[in-house]
Amino acid sequence: MRLLEYQAKSLFSEYNIPIPKGLTSTDIVQGRKDAAVLGFPFVIKAQMAVGGRGKAGAIQKCQNADEFELKYPDIMQKVVKGEKTKAILLEKMADIKKELYLSLFLNRGKRCYTIIASGEGGVEIESVKNQIIREVGLGNVDAKTAEEVGKQMGLKDKPLTQFIDILQKLAKITIEKEAELAEINPLAVLGDDSVVALDGKVIIDDNAMFRHEELRKFQEVSELEERAEKSGFSLVELDGNIAVVGNGAGLVMSTLDMLSDNGGKPACFLDVGGGATTDTVYEALTLISKMKKVKGILVNLYGGIVKTTTVATAFIKAYEDKVIDLPVFARMSGAEADKSKEMLKGSRTKMFDTIEEAINAAVIEMNKNG
Amino acid sequence: MVDLFELLIGKEGDKDYKKKPVIVQGITGKFGSFHTQQMLAYGTNVVAGVTPGKGGQIHEGIPIYETMSEAVSATGAKISIIFVPAKFFLSAAVEALESGIKLLVAIPEHVPVKDALTIVELAKKKDAIVVGPNTPGIIIPGIIKIGIMPASPFKEGRIAVISRSGTLMYEVSHNLSVANFGQSICFGIGGDPVNGTPLIQAFDTIRDGANIDGIVVVGEIGGDAEEMLAQHIIDTKFDKPVVAYIAGRAAPKEKRMGHAGAIVYGNYGSAESKVSMYAKANVPVAKRPAEVPMLLAGKLGKGRIK
Repeated sequence: MRLLEYQAKSLFSEYNIPIPKGLTSTDIVQGRKDAAVLGFPFVIKAQMAVGGRGKAGAIQKCQNADEFELKYPDIMQKVVKGEKTKAILLEKMADIKKELYLSLFLNRGKRCYTIIASGEGGVEIESVKNQIIREVGLGNVDAKTAEEVGKQMGLKDKPLTQFIDILQKLAKITIEKEAELAEINPLAVLGDDSVVALDGKVIIDDNAMFRHEELRKFQEVSELEERAEKSGFSLVELDGNIAVVGNGAGLVMSTLDMLSDNGGKPACFLDVGGGATTDTVYEALTLISKMKKVKGILVNLYGGIVKTTTVATAFIKAYEDKVIDLPVFARMSGAEADKSKEMLKGSRTKMFDTIEEAINAAVIEMNKNG
Repeated sequence: MVDLFELLIGKEGDKDYKKKPVIVQGITGKFGSFHTQQMLAYGTNVVAGVTPGKGGQIHEGIPIYETMSEAVSATGAKISIIFVPAKFFLSAAVEALESGIKLLVAIPEHVPVKDALTIVELAKKKDAIVVGPNTPGIIIPGIIKIGIMPASPFKEGRIAVISRSGTLMYEVSHNLSVANFGQSICFGIGGDPVNGTPLIQAFDTIRDGANIDGIVVVGEIGGDAEEMLAQHIIDTKFDKPVVAYIAGRAAPKEKRMGHAGAIVYGNYGSAESKVSMYAKANVPVAKRPAEVPMLLAGKLGKGRIK
């Protein structure tokens, strides 16, 4: 789960990492009240789970009420790299002397947590120069390590003391909240030599959420995603018109690739989990029926232990119950494939022996309908 | 480091040669119970189960113990497979490793990263191999199956398959078997961000096996395991044929594609990055699973052994 900036900052604030004064709203009525409390000038920041907001105009300075009336609605409607604005943070401007970069992240290759820091922050991590990289095991950062990192970044005196404190607190957040990433970029040294987190990005390990009821309030899932999760499915919504369903994440990704290679446009990625039963496939079809953009369904199931007739039964039931009225292009390997083909004869589900044939048929059908 | 093949098969002359004893943790659950039957049917020597509160009972003809230490001392098993729900995984795995298990196959999906890291550290101390979590397991076709994979895609032979994905391991192995490339071992490393046995380590565990003519690496987007492996192949001048497949070329960035580990940040974890590193290591990457046997045949050339 990726926290939005204001959510990450509320965690920072809970752990006493300094942040600028700010208020968050989701409509202009509340926004005007927030503006009155803060007082001009301030920065209007779109809250969205994506980087590069500044360049896209989703973060803008605001000097007075006239500008506010223009900019607030404009930023509210911004879409950056497909991500919509979820809320708006109004934040007091800071008197920045120097911008730093600081993050702790789960280093998959090394199987430990790693600090990345730099005295030259404020740009995206790929462009951060002079990176200082320190592996820190399970995430604990002692004062000595923090001081070494700070000194390498060129900090001294008051900013160094503050940096040591902030890095240790960020490590505490990472460990206690089970974050895969906790990033402050920029971490700013202000005119009075105080150090403040001007932005925040925190990604929590989804698999650890059962230990973190306190973070549930930050969780934002669409109705469909929530329903998929309850069934033990993984769903990612995409822009196309062909729903892609299968058992196993790798197999569904592979199907998505092949469909795209052949000019098809996937509407979603839906992994029903390793096994496939009549119930799971029926539930998957029910979920898909709620996505208006879907014009056809591509199914790729590796049977193995599961009999394909079990799955065929789900399609037949879904048509009978009028859950779906869409063409289905299915490839199922496994036991009793011939019998399931027989069962599906005359229905809108076509069975194929290979996924390549199923994809070709699906793409031709979608093109026919424009 | 303990030897994987020795753990799984043993040496000729061992009284349990090709019949290494296996303990199932969480044997009485629906999932554990079903796959215990499947493993027994394949010929895996399941000798004991562990379910706290059910010690002393018999399940599927297998004696159940209250704790791992009891099960290990009664059977002498060095291999264990875990089927418990993710939130109980950590304690089950700690118990297994503390009891002397040397090969731990961790089936559960949704294990928190922190718990996986803890087990990785403990396994290092205990000189044990952990496979998974979120893995279909390991199979040596015709000899032993420790996992949840169906038996049908696999066939005895001389190709090793290492995979980050379960169903893709079945799919690719099926394609290999149809093309007459049987497998000497299929190793599911798991779809999580932190693996008990990461890709490189799995590769090194089997690379020099006398029964291996070539290696197929089934990967997916996320992390840099494939990039590191490619560099490792170059650095160690590995000269047996290696063929790869990578799923997730069409996946959007910053979206978790089913597996906890299948997520791209910027260029980190992208398919392009993996393909270009593989190219440097002279490892061809199949566009789809069905292409794997063709690329392998090309690599094996005249030396192809059926």
